[in-house]
Amino acid sequence: MSATLVGYDDVLAAYDPAIGLEVHVELNTATKMFCGCPAVFGGEPNTQVCPTCLGLPGAMPAVNGKAVESAIRIGLALNCDIAEWCRFARKNYFYPDMPKNFQTSQYDEPIAFDGWMDVDLDGETFRVEIERAHMEEDTGKSLHMGGATGRIHGADYSLVDYNRAGIPLIEIVTRPIMGAGARAPEIARAYVSQLRDLIVALGVSEARMDQGNLRADVNLSLAPRGTGTLGTRTETKNVNSFRSVERAVRYEMQRHAAVLDGGGSILQETRHWHEDTGVTTSGREKSDAEDYRYFPEPDLVPVAPSREWVDELRGTLPENPVARRARLQADWGYTDLEMRDVVASGALVVIEETIAAGASAQAARKWWLAELGRRANDAGVELTEVGVTPAQVAAVQALVDARTINDKLARQVFDGLIAGEGTPEEIVATRGLAVVSDDGALGAAVDAAIAANPDVAAKIRDGKHAAAGALIGAVMKEMRGQADAARVRELVLEKLA
Amino acid sequence: MPEITRDEVAHLATLARIDLDDAELDHLAPQLSVILESVASIAGAAGDDVPATSHPLPLTNVFRDDVVVPGLTAEQALSGAPAQEQQRFAVPRILGDEQ
Repeated sequence: MSATLVGYDDVLAAYDPAIGLEVHVELNTATKMFCGCPAVFGGEPNTQVCPTCLGLPGAMPAVNGKAVESAIRIGLALNCDIAEWCRFARKNYFYPDMPKNFQTSQYDEPIAFDGWMDVDLDGETFRVEIERAHMEEDTGKSLHMGGATGRIHGADYSLVDYNRAGIPLIEIVTRPIMGAGARAPEIARAYVSQLRDLIVALGVSEARMDQGNLRADVNLSLAPRGTGTLGTRTETKNVNSFRSVERAVRYEMQRHAAVLDGGGSILQETRHWHEDTGVTTSGREKSDAEDYRYFPEPDLVPVAPSREWVDELRGTLPENPVARRARLQADWGYTDLEMRDVVASGALVVIEETIAAGASAQAARKWWLAELGRRANDAGVELTEVGVTPAQVAAVQALVDARTINDKLARQVFDGLIAGEGTPEEIVATRGLAVVSDDGALGAAVDAAIAANPDVAAKIRDGKHAAAGALIGAVMKEMRGQADAARVRELVLEKLA
Repeated sequence: MPEITRDEVAHLATLARIDLDDAELDHLAPQLSVILESVASIAGAAGDDVPATSHPLPLTNVFRDDVVVPGLTAEQALSGAPAQEQQRFAVPRILGDEQ
Protein backbone atom coordinates (compact mmCIF):
# COMPACT_ATOMS: atom_id res chain seq x y z
CA MET A 1 0.00 0.00 0.00
CA SER A 2 1.60 3.27 -1.01
CA ALA A 3 0.99 6.38 1.04
CA THR A 4 -0.12 9.76 -0.26
CA LEU A 5 2.74 12.23 -0.35
CA VAL A 6 2.80 16.02 -0.32
CA GLY A 7 5.22 17.91 -2.62
CA TYR A 8 8.44 18.75 -0.80
CA ASP A 9 8.10 22.53 -1.12
CA ASP A 10 4.54 22.35 0.16
CA VAL A 11 5.72 20.41 3.23
CA LEU A 12 8.15 23.21 4.04
CA ALA A 13 5.58 25.95 3.48
CA ALA A 14 3.40 24.54 6.24
CA TYR A 15 5.67 22.62 8.61
CA ASP A 16 9.02 22.61 10.39
CA PRO A 17 10.70 19.19 10.49
CA ALA A 18 12.55 17.84 13.52
CA ILE A 19 14.86 14.89 13.05
CA GLY A 20 16.49 12.59 15.56
CA LEU A 21 19.00 9.90 14.79
CA GLU A 22 19.87 6.74 16.65
CA VAL A 23 23.00 5.14 15.28
CA HIS A 24 24.13 1.69 16.36
CA VAL A 25 27.82 1.01 16.02
CA GLU A 26 29.03 -2.58 16.17
CA LEU A 27 32.45 -2.57 17.84
CA ASN A 28 35.40 -4.42 16.34
CA THR A 29 36.45 -6.12 19.56
CA ALA A 30 37.74 -9.69 19.26
CA THR A 31 34.96 -11.01 21.50
CA LYS A 32 31.34 -10.32 22.37
CA MET A 33 30.14 -7.85 25.01
CA PHE A 34 29.47 -10.32 27.80
CA CYS A 35 31.20 -13.57 26.80
CA GLY A 36 34.36 -14.77 25.08
CA CYS A 37 32.74 -15.84 21.80
CA PRO A 38 34.35 -14.39 18.68
CA ALA A 39 32.68 -11.24 17.40
CA VAL A 40 33.62 -11.69 13.74
CA PHE A 41 31.28 -11.36 10.78
CA GLY A 42 30.24 -14.21 8.51
CA GLY A 43 30.75 -17.48 10.42
CA GLU A 44 28.63 -20.57 9.80
CA PRO A 45 25.30 -20.28 11.70
CA ASN A 46 25.45 -20.84 15.46
CA THR A 47 29.18 -21.56 15.57
CA GLN A 48 30.08 -18.47 17.64
CA VAL A 49 27.86 -19.13 20.61
CA CYS A 50 28.14 -20.25 24.24
CA PRO A 51 25.78 -20.69 27.20
CA THR A 52 25.96 -16.96 28.02
CA CYS A 53 24.94 -15.55 24.63
CA LEU A 54 22.39 -18.34 24.20
CA GLY A 55 20.83 -17.37 27.53
CA LEU A 56 21.12 -20.87 28.97
CA PRO A 57 20.17 -21.24 32.64
CA GLY A 58 22.96 -20.48 35.07
CA ALA A 59 25.26 -18.78 32.56
CA MET A 60 26.83 -15.57 33.87
CA PRO A 61 27.87 -12.57 31.79
CA ALA A 62 31.23 -10.78 32.17
CA VAL A 63 31.86 -7.33 30.69
CA ASN A 64 34.43 -6.93 27.91
CA GLY A 65 36.81 -4.23 29.20
CA LYS A 66 37.94 -3.31 25.69
CA ALA A 67 34.32 -2.57 24.71
CA VAL A 68 33.97 -0.21 27.70
CA GLU A 69 37.17 1.51 26.59
CA SER A 70 35.78 1.93 23.04
CA ALA A 71 32.51 3.28 24.43
CA ILE A 72 34.35 5.89 26.48
CA ARG A 73 36.50 6.91 23.50
CA ILE A 74 33.39 7.33 21.33
CA GLY A 75 31.77 9.39 24.09
CA LEU A 76 34.82 11.63 24.42
CA ALA A 77 35.09 12.09 20.65
CA LEU A 78 31.46 13.24 20.71
CA ASN A 79 32.29 15.79 23.44
CA CYS A 80 30.20 13.91 26.00
CA ASP A 81 30.54 13.74 29.75
CA ILE A 82 31.55 10.28 30.89
CA ALA A 83 29.50 8.82 33.73
CA GLU A 84 31.36 8.43 37.00
CA TRP A 85 29.13 5.48 37.83
CA CYS A 86 26.60 3.66 35.68
CA ARG A 87 24.84 0.35 35.41
CA PHE A 88 23.65 -2.08 32.81
CA ALA A 89 19.93 -2.77 32.61
CA ARG A 90 17.72 -5.49 31.25
CA LYS A 91 15.42 -4.49 28.42
CA ASN A 92 12.72 -7.12 28.58
CA TYR A 93 10.89 -8.30 25.52
CA PHE A 94 9.77 -11.58 24.01
CA TYR A 95 11.36 -11.82 20.64
CA PRO A 96 13.46 -14.76 19.56
CA ASP A 97 16.36 -12.63 18.30
CA MET A 98 17.52 -12.55 21.95
CA PRO A 99 17.25 -15.99 23.54
CA LYS A 100 17.49 -14.54 27.07
CA ASN A 101 14.16 -12.73 26.55
CA PHE A 102 15.95 -9.53 27.38
CA GLN A 103 18.71 -7.46 25.85
CA THR A 104 21.42 -6.24 28.19
CA SER A 105 21.58 -2.50 27.63
CA GLN A 106 21.77 0.71 29.63
CA TYR A 107 18.69 2.65 30.63
CA ASP A 108 18.79 5.92 32.53
CA GLU A 109 22.53 5.73 33.26
CA PRO A 110 24.34 5.80 29.90
CA ILE A 111 28.14 5.72 29.98
CA ALA A 112 28.31 8.96 27.93
CA PHE A 113 25.89 11.88 27.74
CA ASP A 114 25.42 15.57 26.87
CA GLY A 115 27.77 15.87 23.90
CA TRP A 116 27.74 17.38 20.45
CA MET A 117 29.14 16.97 16.98
CA ASP A 118 29.63 19.72 14.41
CA VAL A 119 28.40 18.66 10.99
CA ASP A 120 29.70 20.38 7.87
CA LEU A 121 27.24 20.95 5.07
CA ASP A 122 28.53 22.89 2.09
CA GLY A 123 30.73 25.01 4.30
CA GLU A 124 28.03 25.68 6.88
CA THR A 125 28.27 24.09 10.29
CA PHE A 126 25.32 22.57 12.13
CA ARG A 127 25.83 21.56 15.72
CA VAL A 128 24.07 18.27 16.41
CA GLU A 129 23.55 17.72 20.11
CA ILE A 130 24.19 14.23 21.40
CA GLU A 131 21.85 13.14 24.16
CA ARG A 132 23.66 9.93 25.07
CA ALA A 133 25.81 7.04 23.95
CA HIS A 134 25.23 3.78 25.73
CA MET A 135 26.52 0.21 25.70
CA GLU A 136 24.41 -2.74 24.69
CA GLU A 137 24.58 -5.98 22.74
CA ASP A 138 23.51 -6.90 19.24
CA THR A 139 20.73 -9.40 18.57
CA GLY A 140 20.64 -12.61 16.54
CA LYS A 141 19.76 -12.73 12.87
CA SER A 142 16.41 -14.11 11.74
CA LEU A 143 15.44 -15.62 8.41
CA HIS A 144 11.71 -15.46 7.83
CA MET A 145 10.44 -18.57 6.10
CA GLY A 146 7.33 -19.17 4.07
CA GLY A 147 4.81 -16.51 3.19
CA ALA A 148 4.81 -14.70 -0.10
CA THR A 149 7.36 -11.99 0.56
CA GLY A 150 10.13 -13.54 2.65
CA ARG A 151 9.59 -10.67 5.04
CA ILE A 152 8.53 -10.78 8.63
CA HIS A 153 4.88 -10.16 7.91
CA GLY A 154 3.20 -13.22 6.49
CA ALA A 155 6.07 -15.53 7.46
CA ASP A 156 5.11 -19.00 8.70
CA TYR A 157 8.15 -19.41 10.94
CA SER A 158 11.62 -18.00 11.46
CA LEU A 159 15.14 -19.44 11.66
CA VAL A 160 17.56 -17.79 14.05
CA ASP A 161 21.36 -17.64 14.05
CA TYR A 162 22.87 -16.32 17.31
CA ASN A 163 26.42 -15.62 16.08
CA ARG A 164 25.65 -11.90 16.18
CA ALA A 165 23.80 -12.03 19.51
CA GLY A 166 25.99 -10.35 22.10
CA ILE A 167 28.36 -8.46 19.81
CA PRO A 168 29.10 -5.11 21.50
CA LEU A 169 27.02 -2.21 20.25
CA ILE A 170 27.19 1.45 21.09
CA GLU A 171 23.94 3.30 20.50
CA ILE A 172 24.41 7.01 19.86
CA VAL A 173 21.27 9.12 20.24
CA THR A 174 20.90 12.75 19.16
CA ARG A 175 18.60 15.32 20.68
CA PRO A 176 15.89 16.50 18.26
CA ILE A 177 17.55 18.49 15.49
CA MET A 178 15.31 21.48 14.82
CA GLY A 179 15.62 24.46 12.53
CA ALA A 180 17.08 22.49 9.63
CA GLY A 181 14.09 23.23 7.38
CA ALA A 182 14.58 22.15 3.79
CA ARG A 183 18.03 20.82 4.59
CA ALA A 184 16.82 18.30 7.18
CA PRO A 185 17.35 15.27 4.90
CA GLU A 186 20.86 16.43 3.93
CA ILE A 187 21.81 17.17 7.53
CA ALA A 188 20.65 13.71 8.59
CA ARG A 189 22.81 12.17 5.90
CA ALA A 190 25.82 14.39 6.66
CA TYR A 191 25.58 13.58 10.36
CA VAL A 192 25.61 9.83 9.79
CA SER A 193 28.37 10.12 7.19
CA GLN A 194 30.58 12.28 9.40
CA LEU A 195 29.84 10.15 12.45
CA ARG A 196 31.08 7.18 10.42
CA ASP A 197 34.29 9.06 9.57
CA LEU A 198 34.78 9.72 13.27
CA ILE A 199 34.20 6.06 14.18
CA VAL A 200 36.68 4.99 11.50
CA ALA A 201 39.24 7.50 12.77
CA LEU A 202 38.78 6.11 16.30
CA GLY A 203 39.40 2.61 14.95
CA VAL A 204 36.64 1.11 17.11
CA SER A 205 34.49 -0.42 14.36
CA GLU A 206 34.70 -1.53 10.76
CA ALA A 207 31.73 0.87 10.40
CA ARG A 208 30.50 -0.66 7.16
CA MET A 209 26.86 0.13 6.57
CA ASP A 210 26.52 -2.61 3.95
CA GLN A 211 27.55 -5.20 6.53
CA GLY A 212 25.39 -3.72 9.26
CA ASN A 213 28.29 -2.53 11.44
CA LEU A 214 26.65 0.89 11.41
CA ARG A 215 22.88 1.11 11.41
CA ALA A 216 20.69 4.17 11.60
CA ASP A 217 17.18 4.62 12.93
CA VAL A 218 15.63 7.85 11.70
CA ASN A 219 13.11 9.73 13.85
CA LEU A 220 11.05 12.39 12.19
CA SER A 221 8.25 14.69 13.23
CA LEU A 222 6.60 17.77 11.79
CA ALA A 223 5.26 20.76 13.68
CA PRO A 224 3.16 23.59 12.25
CA ARG A 225 5.58 26.13 10.85
CA GLY A 226 6.94 28.70 13.27
CA THR A 227 5.46 27.15 16.41
CA GLY A 228 8.77 25.76 17.70
CA THR A 229 6.97 22.70 19.04
CA LEU A 230 7.57 19.02 18.43
CA GLY A 231 5.00 16.90 16.64
CA THR A 232 4.42 13.17 17.01
CA ARG A 233 7.36 11.22 15.66
CA THR A 234 7.83 8.03 13.73
CA GLU A 235 10.96 5.89 13.98
CA THR A 236 12.13 4.37 10.72
CA LYS A 237 14.38 1.32 11.13
CA ASN A 238 16.75 -0.49 8.76
CA VAL A 239 18.12 2.60 7.09
CA ASN A 240 21.44 1.22 5.98
CA SER A 241 23.15 3.66 3.67
CA PHE A 242 23.88 7.39 3.83
CA ARG A 243 21.73 7.93 0.78
CA SER A 244 18.83 6.07 2.34
CA VAL A 245 19.05 8.22 5.48
CA GLU A 246 18.44 11.26 3.30
CA ARG A 247 15.68 9.58 1.30
CA ALA A 248 13.92 8.22 4.39
CA VAL A 249 13.78 11.64 6.07
CA ARG A 250 12.43 13.20 2.91
CA TYR A 251 9.85 10.47 2.40
CA GLU A 252 8.60 10.65 5.98
CA MET A 253 8.35 14.46 5.79
CA GLN A 254 6.15 14.13 2.71
CA ARG A 255 4.08 11.32 4.20
CA HIS A 256 3.55 13.05 7.55
CA ALA A 257 2.45 16.23 5.79
CA ALA A 258 -0.13 14.32 3.77
CA VAL A 259 -1.57 12.74 6.91
CA LEU A 260 -1.64 16.06 8.78
CA ASP A 261 -3.03 18.01 5.82
CA GLY A 262 -5.84 15.48 5.60
CA GLY A 263 -6.82 16.26 9.19
CA GLY A 264 -5.32 13.01 10.48
CA SER A 265 -2.80 12.50 13.23
CA ILE A 266 0.52 10.70 13.13
CA LEU A 267 0.66 7.39 14.93
CA GLN A 268 3.81 7.09 17.05
CA GLU A 269 5.18 3.89 15.60
CA THR A 270 8.12 2.01 14.21
CA ARG A 271 8.33 1.99 10.43
CA HIS A 272 10.40 -0.12 8.08
CA TRP A 273 12.45 1.36 5.27
CA HIS A 274 12.38 -0.41 1.91
CA GLU A 275 15.55 0.27 -0.03
CA ASP A 276 14.16 -1.02 -3.34
CA THR A 277 10.99 1.06 -3.45
CA GLY A 278 12.11 4.01 -1.33
CA VAL A 279 9.08 3.92 0.95
CA THR A 280 8.40 3.19 4.62
CA THR A 281 5.71 0.86 5.92
CA SER A 282 4.19 0.44 9.35
CA GLY A 283 6.19 -1.90 11.58
CA ARG A 284 5.28 -3.52 14.85
CA GLU A 285 1.66 -2.88 15.43
CA LYS A 286 1.60 -3.84 19.09
CA SER A 287 1.06 -0.87 21.35
CA ASP A 288 2.75 -2.65 24.26
CA ALA A 289 5.94 -3.29 22.29
CA GLU A 290 7.55 -0.28 23.95
CA ASP A 291 6.87 -1.52 27.48
CA TYR A 292 10.33 -2.92 28.16
CA ARG A 293 10.20 -2.95 31.97
CA TYR A 294 13.85 -1.99 32.35
CA PHE A 295 15.54 -2.85 35.61
CA PRO A 296 19.21 -2.89 36.72
CA GLU A 297 21.07 -6.00 35.56
CA PRO A 298 21.80 -7.89 38.78
CA ASP A 299 24.46 -10.12 37.19
CA LEU A 300 26.78 -7.24 36.26
CA VAL A 301 28.32 -4.84 38.74
CA PRO A 302 28.35 -1.09 37.98
CA VAL A 303 30.92 0.52 35.72
CA ALA A 304 32.76 3.40 37.38
CA PRO A 305 35.52 4.66 35.08
CA SER A 306 38.20 6.49 37.07
CA ARG A 307 38.94 10.03 35.95
CA GLU A 308 42.56 8.96 35.40
CA TRP A 309 41.42 6.31 32.92
CA VAL A 310 39.11 8.74 31.14
CA ASP A 311 41.93 11.29 30.84
CA GLU A 312 44.27 8.63 29.53
CA LEU A 313 41.71 7.67 26.87
CA ARG A 314 41.18 11.32 26.00
CA GLY A 315 44.85 11.38 25.08
CA THR A 316 44.27 8.64 22.48
CA LEU A 317 41.62 10.53 20.52
CA PRO A 318 42.25 11.25 16.85
CA GLU A 319 42.32 14.76 15.47
CA ASN A 320 39.06 16.69 15.70
CA PRO A 321 37.20 16.11 12.41
CA VAL A 322 36.68 19.80 11.62
CA ALA A 323 40.37 20.55 12.11
CA ARG A 324 41.22 17.42 10.17
CA ARG A 325 39.14 18.48 7.18
CA ALA A 326 40.82 21.90 7.21
CA ARG A 327 44.27 20.31 7.34
CA LEU A 328 43.51 17.87 4.52
CA GLN A 329 42.12 20.63 2.33
CA ALA A 330 45.32 22.62 2.79
CA ASP A 331 47.51 19.55 2.14
CA TRP A 332 45.61 18.58 -0.96
CA GLY A 333 45.24 22.09 -2.35
CA TYR A 334 41.51 21.70 -3.01
CA THR A 335 39.33 24.76 -3.44
CA ASP A 336 36.43 25.26 -1.01
CA LEU A 337 34.04 24.06 -3.68
CA GLU A 338 36.09 20.94 -4.39
CA MET A 339 36.35 20.15 -0.69
CA ARG A 340 32.60 20.57 -0.25
CA ASP A 341 31.94 18.06 -3.00
CA VAL A 342 34.39 15.63 -1.46
CA VAL A 343 32.79 15.86 1.98
CA ALA A 344 29.25 15.76 0.60
CA SER A 345 30.09 12.65 -1.40
CA GLY A 346 31.51 10.90 1.64
CA ALA A 347 34.79 10.57 -0.25
CA LEU A 348 37.17 12.03 2.33
CA VAL A 349 38.50 8.76 3.66
CA VAL A 350 38.80 6.98 0.30
CA ILE A 351 40.60 9.96 -1.19
CA GLU A 352 42.94 10.11 1.77
CA GLU A 353 43.71 6.41 1.32
CA THR A 354 44.17 6.79 -2.43
CA ILE A 355 46.66 9.60 -1.91
CA ALA A 356 48.44 7.54 0.71
CA ALA A 357 48.70 4.79 -1.91
CA GLY A 358 50.60 7.13 -4.22
CA ALA A 359 48.08 9.05 -6.35
CA SER A 360 48.09 12.83 -6.62
CA ALA A 361 45.33 14.74 -4.79
CA GLN A 362 43.75 15.93 -8.05
CA ALA A 363 43.80 12.46 -9.62
CA ALA A 364 42.28 10.88 -6.51
CA ARG A 365 39.51 13.46 -6.48
CA LYS A 366 38.86 13.13 -10.21
CA TRP A 367 38.40 9.34 -10.10
CA TRP A 368 36.36 9.16 -6.90
CA LEU A 369 34.05 12.06 -7.58
CA ALA A 370 33.56 11.88 -11.32
CA GLU A 371 34.06 8.33 -12.54
CA LEU A 372 33.40 6.21 -9.43
CA GLY A 373 30.90 8.70 -8.00
CA ARG A 374 28.80 8.33 -11.14
CA ARG A 375 28.97 4.55 -10.95
CA ALA A 376 28.04 4.54 -7.24
CA ASN A 377 25.14 6.85 -7.97
CA ASP A 378 23.90 4.69 -10.85
CA ALA A 379 24.12 1.58 -8.68
CA GLY A 380 22.57 3.33 -5.68
CA VAL A 381 25.51 2.39 -3.41
CA GLU A 382 28.15 4.21 -1.39
CA LEU A 383 31.61 4.92 -2.81
CA THR A 384 33.08 2.32 -0.48
CA GLU A 385 30.77 -0.29 -1.98
CA VAL A 386 31.42 0.47 -5.63
CA GLY A 387 33.82 -2.44 -6.00
CA VAL A 388 37.11 -0.55 -6.37
CA THR A 389 39.55 0.06 -3.52
CA PRO A 390 41.68 3.17 -2.93
CA ALA A 391 44.82 1.11 -3.62
CA GLN A 392 43.39 0.05 -6.99
CA VAL A 393 42.52 3.64 -7.90
CA ALA A 394 46.12 4.62 -7.12
CA ALA A 395 47.38 1.71 -9.25
CA VAL A 396 45.18 2.77 -12.19
CA GLN A 397 46.46 6.33 -11.89
CA ALA A 398 50.05 5.04 -11.82
CA LEU A 399 49.35 3.34 -15.18
CA VAL A 400 48.00 6.64 -16.51
CA ASP A 401 51.05 8.52 -15.21
CA ALA A 402 53.32 5.95 -16.89
CA ARG A 403 51.36 6.53 -20.11
CA THR A 404 50.52 2.83 -20.27
CA ILE A 405 46.84 3.79 -20.51
CA ASN A 406 44.94 7.03 -20.88
CA ASP A 407 41.92 8.28 -18.92
CA LYS A 408 39.48 6.78 -21.39
CA LEU A 409 41.08 3.34 -21.15
CA ALA A 410 41.26 3.72 -17.37
CA ARG A 411 37.47 3.63 -17.35
CA GLN A 412 37.60 0.21 -18.94
CA VAL A 413 40.09 -0.88 -16.28
CA PHE A 414 37.54 0.16 -13.66
CA ASP A 415 34.94 -1.95 -15.49
CA GLY A 416 37.34 -4.87 -15.19
CA LEU A 417 38.05 -4.22 -11.50
CA ILE A 418 34.35 -4.13 -10.69
CA ALA A 419 33.89 -7.36 -12.66
CA GLY A 420 36.66 -8.96 -10.59
CA GLU A 421 39.04 -9.56 -13.48
CA GLY A 422 42.20 -9.13 -11.43
CA THR A 423 44.69 -6.34 -10.80
CA PRO A 424 44.76 -3.22 -13.00
CA GLU A 425 47.94 -4.52 -14.70
CA GLU A 426 46.29 -7.89 -15.44
CA ILE A 427 43.19 -6.18 -16.82
CA VAL A 428 45.27 -3.99 -19.12
CA ALA A 429 47.02 -7.12 -20.38
CA THR A 430 43.97 -9.38 -20.79
CA ARG A 431 41.77 -6.68 -22.29
CA GLY A 432 44.56 -5.38 -24.50
CA LEU A 433 44.11 -1.84 -23.22
CA ALA A 434 47.64 -0.48 -23.37
CA VAL A 435 47.87 2.69 -25.43
CA VAL A 436 49.90 2.84 -28.58
CA SER A 437 52.82 5.20 -28.02
CA ASP A 438 54.99 3.57 -30.66
CA ASP A 439 56.01 6.44 -32.96
CA GLY A 440 55.85 4.23 -36.05
CA ALA A 441 52.17 3.37 -35.70
CA LEU A 442 51.26 6.79 -34.35
CA GLY A 443 53.29 8.60 -37.01
CA ALA A 444 51.41 6.86 -39.80
CA ALA A 445 48.09 7.80 -38.26
CA VAL A 446 49.23 11.41 -37.76
CA ASP A 447 50.39 11.61 -41.38
CA ALA A 448 46.99 10.29 -42.52
CA ALA A 449 45.17 12.83 -40.38
CA ILE A 450 47.27 15.70 -41.75
CA ALA A 451 46.62 14.55 -45.30
CA ALA A 452 42.88 14.30 -44.65
CA ASN A 453 42.67 17.77 -43.03
CA PRO A 454 44.86 20.14 -45.05
CA ASP A 455 43.04 23.27 -43.78
CA VAL A 456 43.67 22.37 -40.16
CA ALA A 457 47.27 21.46 -40.92
CA ALA A 458 47.80 24.88 -42.52
CA LYS A 459 46.48 26.66 -39.44
CA ILE A 460 48.86 24.74 -37.21
CA ARG A 461 51.76 25.55 -39.51
CA ASP A 462 50.77 29.21 -39.05
CA GLY A 463 51.26 28.77 -35.30
CA LYS A 464 47.64 28.20 -34.28
CA HIS A 465 48.44 25.29 -31.98
CA ALA A 466 44.90 25.26 -30.56
CA ALA A 467 43.77 23.76 -33.83
CA ALA A 468 45.82 20.62 -33.07
CA GLY A 469 42.84 19.22 -31.15
CA ALA A 470 41.03 18.38 -34.36
CA LEU A 471 43.95 16.33 -35.65
CA ILE A 472 44.49 14.62 -32.29
CA GLY A 473 40.80 13.71 -32.26
CA ALA A 474 41.09 12.20 -35.73
CA VAL A 475 44.11 10.14 -34.69
CA MET A 476 42.40 8.96 -31.49
CA LYS A 477 39.40 7.89 -33.52
CA GLU A 478 41.61 6.04 -35.96
CA MET A 479 43.40 4.29 -33.07
CA ARG A 480 40.06 3.52 -31.33
CA GLY A 481 41.02 5.60 -28.32
CA GLN A 482 44.11 3.52 -27.61
CA ALA A 483 46.63 6.20 -28.42
CA ASP A 484 48.75 8.23 -26.05
CA ALA A 485 47.14 11.63 -26.65
CA ALA A 486 50.09 13.59 -25.27
CA ARG A 487 52.49 11.82 -27.64
CA VAL A 488 50.09 12.35 -30.56
CA ARG A 489 50.08 16.08 -29.82
CA GLU A 490 53.84 16.16 -29.75
CA LEU A 491 54.02 14.35 -33.11
CA VAL A 492 51.45 16.64 -34.72
CA LEU A 493 53.34 19.74 -33.62
CA GLU A 494 56.72 18.28 -34.67
CA LYS A 495 55.46 17.36 -38.12
CA LEU A 496 53.85 20.77 -38.67
CA ALA A 497 56.57 22.89 -37.11
CA MET B 1 -0.46 1.68 49.70
CA PRO B 2 0.46 -0.08 46.46
CA GLU B 3 -2.43 -1.44 44.54
CA ILE B 4 -2.56 -3.26 41.29
CA THR B 5 -5.65 -2.91 39.16
CA ARG B 6 -7.31 -5.64 37.18
CA ASP B 7 -6.33 -3.79 33.97
CA GLU B 8 -2.68 -3.70 35.00
CA VAL B 9 -2.70 -7.41 35.68
CA ALA B 10 -4.23 -8.00 32.26
CA HIS B 11 -1.51 -5.83 30.68
CA LEU B 12 1.27 -7.66 32.52
CA ALA B 13 -0.20 -11.00 31.50
CA THR B 14 -0.12 -9.88 27.86
CA LEU B 15 3.51 -8.74 28.17
CA ALA B 16 4.45 -12.06 29.79
CA ARG B 17 2.50 -14.00 27.15
CA ILE B 18 0.25 -15.58 29.78
CA ASP B 19 -3.26 -16.15 28.55
CA LEU B 20 -5.62 -15.29 31.40
CA ASP B 21 -9.41 -15.41 31.06
CA ASP B 22 -11.79 -13.09 32.92
CA ALA B 23 -12.33 -15.49 35.79
CA GLU B 24 -8.58 -15.89 36.29
CA LEU B 25 -8.07 -12.14 36.24
CA ASP B 26 -10.80 -11.67 38.86
CA HIS B 27 -9.12 -14.31 40.98
CA LEU B 28 -5.49 -13.23 40.58
CA ALA B 29 -5.66 -9.43 40.68
CA PRO B 30 -6.64 -9.19 44.37
CA GLN B 31 -4.04 -11.83 45.27
CA LEU B 32 -1.27 -9.84 43.55
CA SER B 33 -2.38 -6.74 45.42
CA VAL B 34 -1.94 -8.55 48.72
CA ILE B 35 1.52 -9.76 47.69
CA LEU B 36 2.58 -6.23 46.69
CA GLU B 37 1.32 -4.85 49.98
CA SER B 38 3.41 -7.39 51.86
CA VAL B 39 6.53 -6.61 49.87
CA ALA B 40 5.90 -2.89 50.32
CA SER B 41 6.50 -3.22 54.07
CA ILE B 42 10.21 -3.37 53.18
CA ALA B 43 9.95 0.27 52.17
CA GLY B 44 9.30 1.14 55.77
CA ALA B 45 12.60 -0.40 56.88
CA ALA B 46 14.78 2.15 55.08
CA GLY B 47 14.64 5.93 55.30
CA ASP B 48 14.75 8.29 52.33
CA ASP B 49 18.50 8.57 52.75
CA VAL B 50 19.08 4.91 51.86
CA PRO B 51 19.33 4.38 48.11
CA ALA B 52 17.75 1.37 46.48
CA THR B 53 20.17 -1.53 46.27
CA SER B 54 20.70 -3.15 42.90
CA HIS B 55 23.85 -5.05 43.77
CA PRO B 56 24.64 -6.52 47.18
CA LEU B 57 28.44 -6.46 46.69
CA PRO B 58 30.41 -3.19 46.82
CA LEU B 59 32.21 -3.94 43.56
CA THR B 60 32.64 -1.94 40.34
CA ASN B 61 34.60 -2.39 37.10
CA VAL B 62 34.76 -6.16 36.93
CA PHE B 63 36.04 -6.57 33.39
CA ARG B 64 37.08 -9.48 31.23
CA ASP B 65 40.03 -9.34 28.82
CA ASP B 66 39.03 -9.23 25.14
CA VAL B 67 40.30 -12.76 24.48
CA VAL B 68 38.37 -15.47 22.63
CA VAL B 69 37.48 -18.55 24.66
CA PRO B 70 36.04 -21.70 23.08
CA GLY B 71 32.24 -21.89 23.11
CA LEU B 72 29.83 -24.51 21.87
CA THR B 73 29.68 -26.28 18.54
CA ALA B 74 26.58 -25.67 16.47
CA GLU B 75 25.51 -29.25 17.23
CA GLN B 76 25.83 -28.66 20.98
CA ALA B 77 24.10 -25.29 20.73
CA LEU B 78 21.14 -26.77 18.87
CA SER B 79 20.93 -29.96 20.93
CA GLY B 80 18.19 -28.61 23.17
CA ALA B 81 16.21 -26.87 20.43
CA PRO B 82 12.68 -28.21 19.92
CA ALA B 83 13.04 -27.54 16.19
CA GLN B 84 15.93 -26.66 13.90
CA GLU B 85 16.57 -26.15 10.22
CA GLN B 86 19.64 -25.03 8.24
CA GLN B 87 21.72 -25.13 11.45
CA ARG B 88 19.43 -22.50 12.93
CA PHE B 89 16.83 -22.44 15.68
CA ALA B 90 13.35 -22.72 14.19
CA VAL B 91 10.83 -20.57 16.05
CA PRO B 92 7.13 -19.84 15.55
CA ARG B 93 6.34 -16.79 13.49
CA ILE B 94 7.07 -13.61 15.35
CA LEU B 95 4.45 -11.04 14.44
CA GLY B 96 0.81 -11.21 13.58
CA ASP B 97 -0.31 -10.40 10.08
CA GLU B 98 0.05 -6.81 8.96
CA GLN B 99 -3.02 -4.82 9.87
